[in-house]
Amino acid sequence: MLEERAYGKDLDDLRAKLGLDRPIYIQYFEWLGRVVRGQLGESLWTKRPVIEELARRLPVSLELGLMALGFSISLALPIGILAAIRQDSASDYIARSLAILGLSVPGFWIATLVVLLPAIWWGWSPPIQFTEWSVDRWAHVSQFILPAVILGIASAAAVMRLTRAMLLDVLRQDYVRTAWAKGVGERAVVLKHSLKNALIPVVTVLGIQVAQILGGTVIFETIFGLPGMGRFLFDAINQRDYPVIQGVNLLIVSVVVLMNLTVDAFYAYLDPRIRY
Amino acid sequence: MANRIETLAPPSTSGAVLRERAAGPPALTTLWRFCRRKPLGAVGGLIVLAMILMAVLAPWIAHYTYDETIRGARMKPPGAQFWMGTDNLGRDIWSRVVYGARISVTVGFGAVLIAQALASAIGITSGYFGGKYDICVQRVVDAWQSFPFLIVILSVMAVLGPGLLNVTLALGAVGAANASRIIRGTTISVTQNVYVESARALGAGHLRIMVRHILPNVAATIIVLATIGLGAFILAESALSFLGFGVPPPYPSWGGMLSGSGRAFFLDAPWIAIYPGLAISLAVFGFNMLGDALRDVLDPRLRGTGGRVR
Repeated sequence: MLEERAYGKDLDDLRAKLGLDRPIYIQYFEWLGRVVRGQLGESLWTKRPVIEELARRLPVSLELGLMALGFSISLALPIGILAAIRQDSASDYIARSLAILGLSVPGFWIATLVVLLPAIWWGWSPPIQFTEWSVDRWAHVSQFILPAVILGIASAAAVMRLTRAMLLDVLRQDYVRTAWAKGVGERAVVLKHSLKNALIPVVTVLGIQVAQILGGTVIFETIFGLPGMGRFLFDAINQRDYPVIQGVNLLIVSVVVLMNLTVDAFYAYLDPRIRY
Repeated sequence: MANRIETLAPPSTSGAVLRERAAGPPALTTLWRFCRRKPLGAVGGLIVLAMILMAVLAPWIAHYTYDETIRGARMKPPGAQFWMGTDNLGRDIWSRVVYGARISVTVGFGAVLIAQALASAIGITSGYFGGKYDICVQRVVDAWQSFPFLIVILSVMAVLGPGLLNVTLALGAVGAANASRIIRGTTISVTQNVYVESARALGAGHLRIMVRHILPNVAATIIVLATIGLGAFILAESALSFLGFGVPPPYPSWGGMLSGSGRAFFLDAPWIAIYPGLAISLAVFGFNMLGDALRDVLDPRLRGTGGRVR
C-alpha cells in the first residue's frame, strides 16, 4: 500500500489509518462492532467494499455447492441402499470399492483430466468465460455441471458409505424382523420402516458435507474459472488482502452454522423423540 | 484305539512346541490371518509399504535427482529411459514422483502424529473427566469442526506462509478435532469398565488411570483413526500444494507437480499431469483400504466414520 522504502512518518500514518497501532483485542472489538453494522471493510487491492463483492459472489458458490450436494445425494442414497440390501453381493463390492476410490482420488486431479483429456481427444474444452443467468440460461447452468459433479464425488462416496453402514445396522433390528414376519414387502420394509431411522446419522454428515463442499469450491472455482467466493478467497490469500479473507471466512462459517442449525431442526422431524 | 488315547492324553510340551512351530511366530500368524480375512486391506498395506520404501530409498530408486534438468530431454514421452516422461524443464517425472513420496510420507506421518497426540489428549481427558470440563471442551471442538477444513488451512497458510513444517503443523492442528470426538466416545465407554473403578479404589491418580488403563484400551481406535488420517492428510497436502500454499517448488510435492508452470504444457505433454495424480490416488487408496480393514478387525464400532478429514 506504500512504496517499497516508505519513510517512518508515512508508515506510522498508515498504521494509524488502518488501526494497527492499537492493541489486538481493541482491534478485534472494533472489527466486531463494524461487522454488526454490516461493514466488512474494503478490499486492500480493489478498494471496493467487501460486502458488495461477497453479495455478488455468494450466489455463484451457492449454486455450485447446491448442485454438488444434489448430485451427491441423488447418487449416494440409491447406491447406499442397494449396497446394504444386497450385502456382500457383487454390486455391494463394486459400490464399496468405487466409494473408497472416490474418497482417494483428488478432485483437482479429476478436474484437470476432465479439462485436459477431451481437449486432447476431441479438441473440446469447457468454456472459460463466465455466463450470467440473464444472458444465456442454458449456458449458465451447463457451466456448473462439470465442476458440481466432480465436487460431489467425494461427498457422495462418504454419504454412500454411511448410508450403507447405517441401513445395515437398522436392518438387523428386531422391529425390522417383525415387519418381515408380518409379510410386509421388501420395498416397504426398506423404504418405510428402515430408511428413516438409518438416515438420522446421514443427515448429520450432510451438514458436515456442506462445509466440505464449500471448502472444495476454492479448488473448483479456480480450475473452472467461476467467479465465486472460493476463487475470491484464493485470490485474496495470494494478494494478502486480509479484509477479504476475514469477510469470506465469516460468511462461510455463517453458512455452515446455519446449515447445522437446519440439520438439527430436521432431526426433530426424522426422530420425534428429539425435541428442542 | 492307541491313537485315540494319545489324543486324549494331556498335551506334552513337545506337542505344544510342534503345534506352535506349525503355525509360525504369533506376529506372522496374525498377519497371515489378516491377509486371509481382508485381502483388500492387505493390498492396501502393500501399497503403503511400497510408498514408505520408495520414500526411504528414494536416492537408490530414482534415476536422477528431483531437480536435475536433463539436457535435450524436454517433454519427452514415457519410454525406456524416462519411465514417466520428462516435464517442461526436462526433469525426469519418475524421479520426481519417487522423491515426492518423501514429502507425502513426511507431511502425512508428521501431521498424523500431531493430530493424534492432540486428539488423544483432548479426547481422553474430555471423556474421562466428563462434567463441565467436557461440556466446555466439546463446544470448542464443535466450533473447530464446523470450519471447512480447506478454508481454515488456507487461511492459516496465508498467515504462516508455505513450507513443509508449516503445512505439517497446520494440518495436524486442524485435523485433530474430528479424531478427538471419536476418541472421547471410546473413552467414555472404556471408563465405565470395572477395572477403571478398581484402579481408582487402589488409589491410582487420574493421570495414571488415563495413561496406564484407558490409553491402551483406546489404542485400537487411535491406530485406525491414524491410518485413515494418513490418507486424508496426504490428500490435503497435495490439494494445498496444488493451490500453491503447500510445499514450495522445486521440492517435488505430488500436488505441486500438477500446478504451476507445468499446467501450460499439459496439452502437449499429458504425462506431466497424469502420473503425479496417479501417485496421490494410489497412496491415498492404499491408506484408506488398510484403514478400513484395520477398523473392521480392531474396532468395528467405528464403521461409517472416516474417509476424509472433516
